Amino acid sequence: MRNILKVPLLKAPVLWYKSGSPWIWLNGGAVTLCMLMVIGLLGLIAIRGFGHFWPANIVLTSVTDNTGHKQIIMGEVVRSEVIAAAVARDNGFKIPDEQKLLNRYLIKLGNKDITSRDFMWVLENGMDAWQYPQDAVAVERREWGNFYGYLVSINENGTSILTQDAANFWPEVDARLKRSLKLHDEIAHIEKARIGSINNAIQELKLEHRRLELKGVSGAKMAEAEAKFADRKAELEAEYEVIKKERDVILQEAKRDQLVAKTADGKEVVLSLDHVVRVTRPNEMNVFAKTADYLSRFWEFMTTEPREANTEGGIFPAIFGTFIMVIVMAIMVTPFGVLAAIYLREYARDGLFLRIIRISVYNLAGVPSIVYGVFGLGFFVYYLGGNLDQLFFAESLPSPTFGTPGLFWASLTLALLTLPIVIVSTEEGLSRIPSTIRQGSLALGATKSETLWKVIVPLATPAMMTGLILAVARAAGEVAPLMLVGVVKLAPALPVDSNYPYLHLDQKIMHLGFHIYDVGFQSPNVEAARPLVYATSLILVLLIVVLNVTAIKIRNNLREKYRSASD
Amino acid sequence: MTTTATAESIKLEVKNLDLYYGQKRALNSVSLSIPEKKVTAFIGPSGCGKSTLLRCFNRMNDLVESCRVEGEILMDGSNIYDKKVDVADLRRQVGMVFQKPNPFPKSIYENVAYGLRLQGVNSKRILDTVVENSLRGAALWDEVKDRLHDNAFGLSGGQQQRLVIARAIAIEPEVILLDEPASALDPISTLKIEELIYELKDKYTIVIVTHNMQQAARVSDYTAFMYMGDLVEYGNTDTLFTNPTKKQTEDYITGRYG
Repeated sequence: MRNILKVPLLKAPVLWYKSGSPWIWLNGGAVTLCMLMVIGLLGLIAIRGFGHFWPANIVLTSVTDNTGHKQIIMGEVVRSEVIAAAVARDNGFKIPDEQKLLNRYLIKLGNKDITSRDFMWVLENGMDAWQYPQDAVAVERREWGNFYGYLVSINENGTSILTQDAANFWPEVDARLKRSLKLHDEIAHIEKARIGSINNAIQELKLEHRRLELKGVSGAKMAEAEAKFADRKAELEAEYEVIKKERDVILQEAKRDQLVAKTADGKEVVLSLDHVVRVTRPNEMNVFAKTADYLSRFWEFMTTEPREANTEGGIFPAIFGTFIMVIVMAIMVTPFGVLAAIYLREYARDGLFLRIIRISVYNLAGVPSIVYGVFGLGFFVYYLGGNLDQLFFAESLPSPTFGTPGLFWASLTLALLTLPIVIVSTEEGLSRIPSTIRQGSLALGATKSETLWKVIVPLATPAMMTGLILAVARAAGEVAPLMLVGVVKLAPALPVDSNYPYLHLDQKIMHLGFHIYDVGFQSPNVEAARPLVYATSLILVLLIVVLNVTAIKIRNNLREKYRSASD
Repeated sequence: MTTTATAESIKLEVKNLDLYYGQKRALNSVSLSIPEKKVTAFIGPSGCGKSTLLRCFNRMNDLVESCRVEGEILMDGSNIYDKKVDVADLRRQVGMVFQKPNPFPKSIYENVAYGLRLQGVNSKRILDTVVENSLRGAALWDEVKDRLHDNAFGLSGGQQQRLVIARAIAIEPEVILLDEPASALDPISTLKIEELIYELKDKYTIVIVTHNMQQAARVSDYTAFMYMGDLVEYGNTDTLFTNPTKKQTEDYITGRYG
């Protein structure tokens, strides 16, 4: 007992240090910090992104501007902020001296066709109490953004058939809107699919003709072919006329109904129903109705095409473009990367040369992505694409087929960009496979390549998937090089359609990352676009998560299959 | 360095074999004869070259880049280090089982069928027969017959090692090399492997490397004691363990070093 007491007592901090706790705290702290940043980022994007689709209440109030003029306004409150009263005073507003700070609100007024400004900052001073009129409507239109106001009546071919005080007014609005949306879809289908395929066929005829010319066919043979082309063209044009008439009928049908509406300050306007997407009365909706409306808006955002210079409508082409680009990239990068890694790890003789190659590959991963973009444009698009056009698509020159940025080149550039990632992870996977497995196969009389393909490569597949996961994550989020090699702000059509060869690798695509940049920074209407930036970011993150989770699922399955080989 | 085993026919004959890893000499002109359908054990302390010698019989040492072999090994009279010998062919005749079980990431069935598939045998009937016979031969059939198509990694270590033996005998080699086959296993699995070796020697020439002297004494007919790359003593197992002629051998088997 006495001996123990004689041991000099360590001071508490020293003891704490020796116990190893500081390291645990340090490591735990680092993890916490990372988690906070990730959660913070995702949380911000999620709240702003998801929040955009919630049907906000419509506020009716009146405000006084700096000249003392009073004005009735109606719209959605987007956000508010506190400013110094002095700032408002400098702008000519009359603010009491004792007031230091005041609130101002950003109101979305809509009605861009009438007032020409759809967003307005208003001060709380000189503002009346907020009212939420039950019958205030928000009308989402295909052009000119939202309309806020009241509905007066429904017109059919210019004559009023039902006024707002009728009992069946709102159901009738919904029914007629549904009809109009259906007609709109029909028109879109006719234009896209049927007229599109006729256009395609006519274009094909022209190319066929040019092809014969290039072949040097002339004289009677050419005349014969030309006659045939003319016949076919006449046939197609006749077909087109029929379809066009059909479409015009529907177009006329769609123009039948109009809504007569009144703005907050009493101005009457006529809204043609074929330009209307949605009519809602948010002030009157309960939470469930709002939720339903929210979901339908969100769904629309995911599945429709953008309108109004990308500031409204959906982002489906961008989602689809990103997805298909990543898939094409994965299809290209995996075989190349895996084969290169196998060669480097299994066949190449160790030495200076191999080391130089390895270092180069590793360093490629650090090259700024815009450099890849420039390379892709110079080499893939202009050089390779230009030559491909000369060789295989000469008939459509001078308009380029592959000699212009497009899906294929974008994917190929990304494949190049992500190649080092795939090579490095595959190599690591190969090097982790125990040599006893190799020897076991060789001892049974297998050759090196048999061993490789039947035993080693299957075992390395989880590592390859890891590489692919990282590559997909990187590729889906890349923007800079894509602006040069195939991504545009508005693509006229999806790269997949019903015309042969169904997947159009030469077409330009839209991309979520570029869409964010375009909407956020190139948009003519910043306030309208701002929520879309968050919403699009959210979708991009979700898309990457979906792609990654799929790849991780596959990898885990593979790991399970080859469980203890890496033990 | 006496050569015994005169009564039986000689399967493998090592003649003045030298082996170098780069500059380092790992085997010093080793000569010995291994009789057919008997079990020959190599014993000796770690690093004495017994595994290296074993790996010469199926030319596994070829995989080591810096390895160089001089001298010859005759199998049925012909030199396996001859330039004309196809290594894959040789390895089909000389099977090998390693220290740590190394089943492939495939089903039990496919593990056993692997060697045959390499030879282009794809008939289900033949494969079924061979797989069953080989698993029976390796005393594993009863334990796995209901789950032939499960992953081989699901087996225990001892079962995996017997599966590897089944895989080796499926291609009907003439010689089976066992490189410390039981060192990673528990005593019961070890016992099973030893019983198996005893049964297998009816059909195959077996060469086993072991750290465990009792094991060598139990399973082998002939034993070679190696030390520092030299073959110190080689002879009938009973004689070597009861009445060694060399002092070094006696010291080792009585546990004075090693």
